[in-house]
Amino acid sequence: MVTAIRPSRGYRVFQAVNAVVLTVVVVVTLFPFVNIVARSFSGEREIRTGQVSVFPRGFNVTTYQHVMSDTMFWTNYRNTVVYTVVATAISLVLTTCYAYVLSKRQLKGRGLLVGIAVFTMFFNGGLIPNYVLISALGMRNTLWAIVLPNAVSVFNLLVMKAFFESLPVELEEAAAVDGTTTYGTLWRIVLPLSKAVLATMLLFYAVSFWNSWFAGFLYMDRQELFPVTVYLRNLIAGATAGSDQTTSSDTTLQIAAGIQAVTIVLTTLPILLVYPFIQRYFVSGVMLGAVKG
Amino acid sequence: MEPSVHTRRRTWRAAVRRDWQLYSLAVLPLLFFAVFRYLPMLGNLIAFRRYSPGGDLFGEYWVGLRYFKMFLSDPTFWQVFTNTLVIGGLTLLFCFPLPIILALLLNEVRTRWLKGLVQTVSYLPHFLSIVVVAGMVLQIVSVNGVVNQGLLAVGQDAVSFIQEPGWFRTIYVSSEVWQTVGWGTILYLAALTTIDTDLYQQARVDGANRWRQTWHVTLPGIRPTMVTLLVLNIGTFLAVGFEKVLLLYNPLTYPTADVISTYLYRVGIVSGSFSYAAAIGLFESVIGLALVLGANRLSRRVVGSSLW
Repeated sequence: MVTAIRPSRGYRVFQAVNAVVLTVVVVVTLFPFVNIVARSFSGEREIRTGQVSVFPRGFNVTTYQHVMSDTMFWTNYRNTVVYTVVATAISLVLTTCYAYVLSKRQLKGRGLLVGIAVFTMFFNGGLIPNYVLISALGMRNTLWAIVLPNAVSVFNLLVMKAFFESLPVELEEAAAVDGTTTYGTLWRIVLPLSKAVLATMLLFYAVSFWNSWFAGFLYMDRQELFPVTVYLRNLIAGATAGSDQTTSSDTTLQIAAGIQAVTIVLTTLPILLVYPFIQRYFVSGVMLGAVKG
Repeated sequence: MEPSVHTRRRTWRAAVRRDWQLYSLAVLPLLFFAVFRYLPMLGNLIAFRRYSPGGDLFGEYWVGLRYFKMFLSDPTFWQVFTNTLVIGGLTLLFCFPLPIILALLLNEVRTRWLKGLVQTVSYLPHFLSIVVVAGMVLQIVSVNGVVNQGLLAVGQDAVSFIQEPGWFRTIYVSSEVWQTVGWGTILYLAALTTIDTDLYQQARVDGANRWRQTWHVTLPGIRPTMVTLLVLNIGTFLAVGFEKVLLLYNPLTYPTADVISTYLYRVGIVSGSFSYAAAIGLFESVIGLALVLGANRLSRRVVGSSLW
């Protein structure tokens, strides 16, 4: 904290400027959140006439009531929960299994197995072949179109591999001497030691599936199958498409603005609520991945 | 020759016999990579073949380079290619150096709570859905949004930013900066903690001031991280935030906003010209791969560190 050498005048000026700059960073980053919350509680007329910035104007909760009384919103919200839970579970199992295999340095063919995964970070089939494949597999309008194509993230895989490699080999060797199977070792010895990294992976996957929209947008044809992100996307797209005739559809457009703000708040709320608790897991996960990326 | 092949086969057999349980754990993940990663790569064959929707996965018959010739002589393709380079270049120009600067500033903060606050707040946008980010952007730049409130306050006319081709790049890059810069500091902050404090001590003894210490000790200390991230950034250069552009653009802003990925999305999935779009996509992927390999090679030769 306190350095032995007395800081120079120039350095103290720098410290002050630095504090100001960083405060500006904080304010600029937070402002869009504050603005969206303010709009979500504001009256339509106040939004339309451009009065809302930091504080709600014409405070009301009717827009919230309006959005929350839409059964399609809740159907889509429930879809997001279901897709996220199923996808995260499958992703965790596949990633854990493969990362464990890749962490075995003496395993023959390990380099090839790593290469198969890493190559896909730099080269992929592209949108069209993926679309054609998912359609050909008959996965359109099913949960699998969202869950399976992104089941393993290579980044997460490498994070987990790095963690498994950092575990002491003696533990598993002892288990092997006792005649425990590989499955038993993984389940009873390795995984209980890996709770922190498992939690990190769970969060990485859950947040990314919660936030994803494009797979749902691309592969779901019926509204009752959409995740809530697609529900929100359609609100936004409606607003941009309609904004050509600014004057004629002014009222509907601005109602959409309030509704958009509320939907944004409600979609993001779960993430904002857990964020303070999960942030450090994410940071440690990224660091772990960086150690041996 | 003979014996070596023989021993290799025998050791493989021994490896499988010894580690079959381990290999069995790899089966499902490998199936995933085969079906959802490598099969689509093969699916790019339709770029060289006539494909009809609902027909054979790999197309009906060979047409050679017809679709490649088609897009290379398509003026819209060159338009979106240019847009991609410009948006990708601007993104790299801002989103690569800013996290380094922010990390260096954070590293100088001696007030613990301020550092923690800045980190917590600046990481937050990373956790938002791209749809939410797009929604926020559209509200802020809308006719009644805060930017226009500011313009009106200083006596300017309101601007319909989202319909102005001239503003698209600014909006896109600003939102990208907002969303990625904070999170981008993590790796640099980690690298900064690994720099040997003795080096700073020595530099001070040699009479180096803070600025020179940063230049001669700090920056070289985080150089491997910088190189790694630069190589990765260059690799994703052409894939510029497809989803974000798709959410933020509209026909009025196509002249500046339309990029390769959004164009091939419209041509392929919206209009149904799958083979044509696949040809464009393959072109993009191959250039992307070449960029990563090239950047990696260059960084190994110039600064002596590389991704692999």
